[in-house]
Amino acid sequence: MVRPTRRWPALALLIALHAAALLAGFLAPYHYAEQDRTRVYAPPTRLRLVDQEGRLHLRPFVFARRPDPERPGGYREDPGQRLALRLLVPGDPYRLFGVIPARLHLFGFDGGERVYLLGSDLYGRDLLSRILYGAAISLFAGLVAAALSLAVGTAVGAAAGYFGGWVDGLLMRLVELFMALPWLYLLLAFRAFLPLEMTPTQAFFLLVGVIGLIGWARPARLVRGIALSARERGYVLAARGFGASHLYLLLRHVLPQTRSVVLTQAAILIPRFILAEVTLSFLGLGVGEPVPSWGILLAELQKVHVLLTRGWFFLPALALVAVTWAYHAAGRAWDDDA
Amino acid sequence: MIGRLVLRRAAAGLLLLLGVSVFGFLLAELVPGDPFDPGRLEGRDPAAIELLRARYGLDRPLPQRYLRWVSLTVRGDLGYSLSFDRPVAEILRVRARNTLLLTGIAVPMAWLLALVAGIWAASRRGRWGRTAFAGATSLLLAVPDLVLALGLLLVAVQSGLLPTGGLRSLDFEALGPLEKARDLAAHLVLPAAALVLSLAPRLARYVQASVAEVLAAPFVDALRAAGIPRRRLLLRYVLPAAGNPLASLVGFSVASLLSASLLVEIVMSWPGLGPALLDAILARDVHLVIGAVLVSTLLLVAGNLIADLLIYALDPRIRSE
Repeated sequence: MVRPTRRWPALALLIALHAAALLAGFLAPYHYAEQDRTRVYAPPTRLRLVDQEGRLHLRPFVFARRPDPERPGGYREDPGQRLALRLLVPGDPYRLFGVIPARLHLFGFDGGERVYLLGSDLYGRDLLSRILYGAAISLFAGLVAAALSLAVGTAVGAAAGYFGGWVDGLLMRLVELFMALPWLYLLLAFRAFLPLEMTPTQAFFLLVGVIGLIGWARPARLVRGIALSARERGYVLAARGFGASHLYLLLRHVLPQTRSVVLTQAAILIPRFILAEVTLSFLGLGVGEPVPSWGILLAELQKVHVLLTRGWFFLPALALVAVTWAYHAAGRAWDDDA
Repeated sequence: MIGRLVLRRAAAGLLLLLGVSVFGFLLAELVPGDPFDPGRLEGRDPAAIELLRARYGLDRPLPQRYLRWVSLTVRGDLGYSLSFDRPVAEILRVRARNTLLLTGIAVPMAWLLALVAGIWAASRRGRWGRTAFAGATSLLLAVPDLVLALGLLLVAVQSGLLPTGGLRSLDFEALGPLEKARDLAAHLVLPAAALVLSLAPRLARYVQASVAEVLAAPFVDALRAAGIPRRRLLLRYVLPAAGNPLASLVGFSVASLLSASLLVEIVMSWPGLGPALLDAILARDVHLVIGAVLVSTLLLVAGNLIADLLIYALDPRIRSE
């Protein structure tokens, strides 16, 4: 007997990741598009507690960095200049939760110099900030797309199962068509007929729409099965005998029964849709620069010098693996409980 | 008997192709732009424009245009690709061959790996082996194909042992037949490995589950009591009994195989259908997009048909029905 999967580690990780995405502006030390052309491809800076003379400091600090005269494009640390970490400092303006204007950041460093804890990119933009802002894009694209496809799938499935007959036959043929096709081909085919150049907001919602409208088939099939059996139950027939309307029966008696199927499907669909957004953005068909979707961050790895010598660009991949794992584990734990 | 099965499945496949073709045609029709837009051809003779429209069948109603398009497509005329400056069918023939080569090598290898790992995990009695198996597969399942391909690319580039893109080396034509084969094989290693690692974990889980189910059956206890050695028991008796659900999996996995292959081909610059589709989309090459989607559906239908035949061959219960 395999022990039931424990639910808490995965759920805690999921909550932490989504909270980080929600608070991206506050947690990120800089704005995602803020450039510094004098700090191109700076490797991650080490946070230190012990200085050059071996003295211990209670406040973490980093050494200032100068371009290395001996290695063009390289940097070296200047042990003479310590930049201390400060909590809750004012910095680049941003909007908390996308609405409230704010300037306060969780942390910052002394001195006017920008510090890159996870390295910087071709334009000297902070990768940590870009991963955090990118989480907001990629994670919420997955959530919204899943909500959309679950809503469509539940509506279609409930209608098909409840009404039966030719409605059911027609809708299920459509479901089979969508389920049979390779999803990535389907996604790209839909994307092919939408404009290539869009503002990031337009692109985000179009993308979410396309992803969501492709994934509705499987939840529809499952919900249909439940609706089919629900409409023959005694209490449904009784309610119908008392003259309840179709809408009332669907909302009051059929839909509540689909809850656990919908939740399980959500745990499967959300990571898949996050990945769909990341993939499209990676291919250059999703949201565009300078908005930092994880797919756009990963696309940097297609440059051979980045792949070989700028290992810190694999960090978004790590975040992506963590999110996928957490959703899979949460879904399994849910299944074990059910 | 088998004729009827093939016929029924082929009919289902044809229906799928028909659905995709309607879908593709409608999408192509929805794309804004008209080659004989009167606004752009201002000052030309309206009668001449009408004549041109009639010549290309653009004055007909939609269903008639669709039928004409289908009849051309069936005869192998998929239109002309403006971005490649070649007929679409010609491009896709080469690309489909390359995709088939890659998937044809990766799929048997993935199954082999999955069978070995799955049977091993299912036949372990201790908890340790199962936990290791569950941990390894759930970790691999959490690594998206994209990340997997990029990681393998890094390993290959850093070790410098393997070519990291394309199908052939630049000096391919000058090589002897044996060296040609070796060159092709070296180029195949990386994309095939990515595909195998992407497919195998899910397959291995199914293998483990269905073998474990058969192992719990009473006939296995009887065989064990009769003193049949473990290896023979597993391979000769348990595996065939677990064969049917696994063979149906071949069919289910064709679609996800094509999706995985698309991404791997793009990241590893393997000249298959995937990069062709991406290039077509970025260049707004409508005919090539529809052609690539149609060809991938064709591959899908063929793969499903093969899977059905496999079930037929493996499961005597279906044959006697």
